[in-house]
Amino acid sequence: MNIGNLLKVALNALKRNKMRSLLTMLGIIIGVASVITMLAIGQGSKKSIQDQIASMGSNMLFVMPSSMRTGGVQQGSASSQSLTVNDVSAIKTECDAVIAVSPEVRSSGQAVYGNSNWPTTIYGGNVDYLEIKSWKVVSGRNLSDNEAKGSAKVCLIGRTVADELFGEGIDPTGETIRFKNIPFKIIGVLEEKGQNSFGQDQDDVLIAPYTTVQKRILAQTHIQSIQMSARSAEESALAMEQVEEVLRRTHKLRENEDNDFQVRSQEELSTTMTSVTDILTILLGAIAGISLLVGGIGIMNIMYVSVTERTREIGLRMSLGGKSMDILLQFLIESIMLSVFGGIVGIMLGFAASQIVEALTSWPISVMWSSAILAFVVCTVIGIFFGWYPARRAAELDPIDALRYE
Amino acid sequence: MKAIIDISSLKKDYYVGEVTVHALRGVDLKINQGEFVAIMGASGSGKSTMLNIIGCLDRPTEGTYILDGVNVAGMSRNERAAIRNLKIGFVFQSYNLLSRTSALENVELPLMYNSAVKAKERRERAVAALEAVGLADRMGHMPNQLSGGQQQRVAIARSLVNDPVVILADEATGNLDSRTSYEIMSLFQDLNSKGKTIVFVTHEPDIARCMTRSVVFRDGHIIREEEIRNRIVAGEVLEALPVEED
Repeated sequence: MNIGNLLKVALNALKRNKMRSLLTMLGIIIGVASVITMLAIGQGSKKSIQDQIASMGSNMLFVMPSSMRTGGVQQGSASSQSLTVNDVSAIKTECDAVIAVSPEVRSSGQAVYGNSNWPTTIYGGNVDYLEIKSWKVVSGRNLSDNEAKGSAKVCLIGRTVADELFGEGIDPTGETIRFKNIPFKIIGVLEEKGQNSFGQDQDDVLIAPYTTVQKRILAQTHIQSIQMSARSAEESALAMEQVEEVLRRTHKLRENEDNDFQVRSQEELSTTMTSVTDILTILLGAIAGISLLVGGIGIMNIMYVSVTERTREIGLRMSLGGKSMDILLQFLIESIMLSVFGGIVGIMLGFAASQIVEALTSWPISVMWSSAILAFVVCTVIGIFFGWYPARRAAELDPIDALRYE
Repeated sequence: MKAIIDISSLKKDYYVGEVTVHALRGVDLKINQGEFVAIMGASGSGKSTMLNIIGCLDRPTEGTYILDGVNVAGMSRNERAAIRNLKIGFVFQSYNLLSRTSALENVELPLMYNSAVKAKERRERAVAALEAVGLADRMGHMPNQLSGGQQQRVAIARSLVNDPVVILADEATGNLDSRTSYEIMSLFQDLNSKGKTIVFVTHEPDIARCMTRSVVFRDGHIIREEEIRNRIVAGEVLEALPVEED
């Protein structure tokens, strides 16, 4: 029998038992739909974490002081004063994989405007600081080089601080606020970033020249960290090596001495975070996969029933000249049709369900076309796998016995 | 006269557990083109086994079977399937039509297994076969919309559609009342008069008298083989039968 006839015969057989075919497909439909939805949820949370990390600058690197020994006493890393502005200049001139570098100093305190006040953190950086941290200015301007170097009493304000001090949505550019009793003129407002993946409000900040924070607020000469941008996320590792090399030299560390600083990259953080969501995705997908498997077993069950029920038909087909292969293919194609039709409906239902979940829960959902293709392939394989044994049983029947079967 | 079926010293043994059942113990049978042969015998006489072997559904343990010039005794399962498809037409006692499938599609079925016949030709031949059995106006009907006699006519059309060298009928009137039986026999006689070779298993002597020759089996042997004299013309019997009022 040629393939066109086989398809026609299989389709007719399924049409003769519409209700049963539908119910059998339902197992596959639910299985495929849940696999797609679960993968969409898993993928969505992965993507949202990646986006958030990218919003902090995916090619960002930073150097923090690490704990060191002074006279046999192990110091806490925060108390270390190993990083200086000279390190920043050295990195800037020597590391070609680093395209922007800024010192960072920070201090927490109360910001005051009129009779409003709000506890926040002031960060000190240079001209490149905004670019490195992926901040954008929505109103006003960035720090100038002169301001950065000349301890100017100017600052950029985060949306949260602006809302708390001036009121929702008001543009405070040009106003003057006080932070730890020092007046700062607001030269710009930062674009809203929202919460980061740790739940921290990224807009609760003030950004000022590092010299101002260093001298006027903290009265210190060292800096707390160095923030940098690698040329690209891929070159993060190279940049880290170059920075480490330069800092070991500027800090005059001997061969056997440990680093008194640590270099970290956003890329590393991103990998760690996404590996968690990958596990989540695999887990969700596996649970949904089990329901797909159960759907496949449902097909096998129905195909067995169908073969038994249609024993006389099989006998008749054989007596009219049907070869074993014709009978095998007939039942195999029926089972593949059940699983593939079920798969197609399941894919559509999965897409719809993903949209509904997104609308109801406002979770980040990301439907992958690759998961639809995967589901389709898996369905075909399920059809062949679970249809094989019933189909073989049909093909191996003896025509005489099959014709006489009651 | 050309021999369509030439069987000599044919034996068939079945093994049931450790017991060997000798279903056929050396049978010689020759059926010529244009014959209408009744195969008779009690149950267990070997007539069903004979029919299975003639129909290439089963293979003999010993002996030769030449069907239309081809020795089919030693053929494999698939080769026999191909022979059945091309050279044999089956008519069963219980019709064996596919349910919820139109008469036309049922008749097309044997040609579906012959890839040399394309869809258009398949349809034309099925229509012609249904016309030949007088069901031109019932082509789209499902089996459950047809009477027993009509269903058997569909089955006969199905057995004709591949233009076989022999039609094998297994108690083809067994499920029908006597009036319908004679209608069916009349159809078979009609086909036979047009040259079709028919082998017909029956245990009804009246039905056997419609044919040209009877072969009687007992205990795996042919015990009697005779030309039928005083042949019944089924159409005449039909006219003589009282028409039953519902």
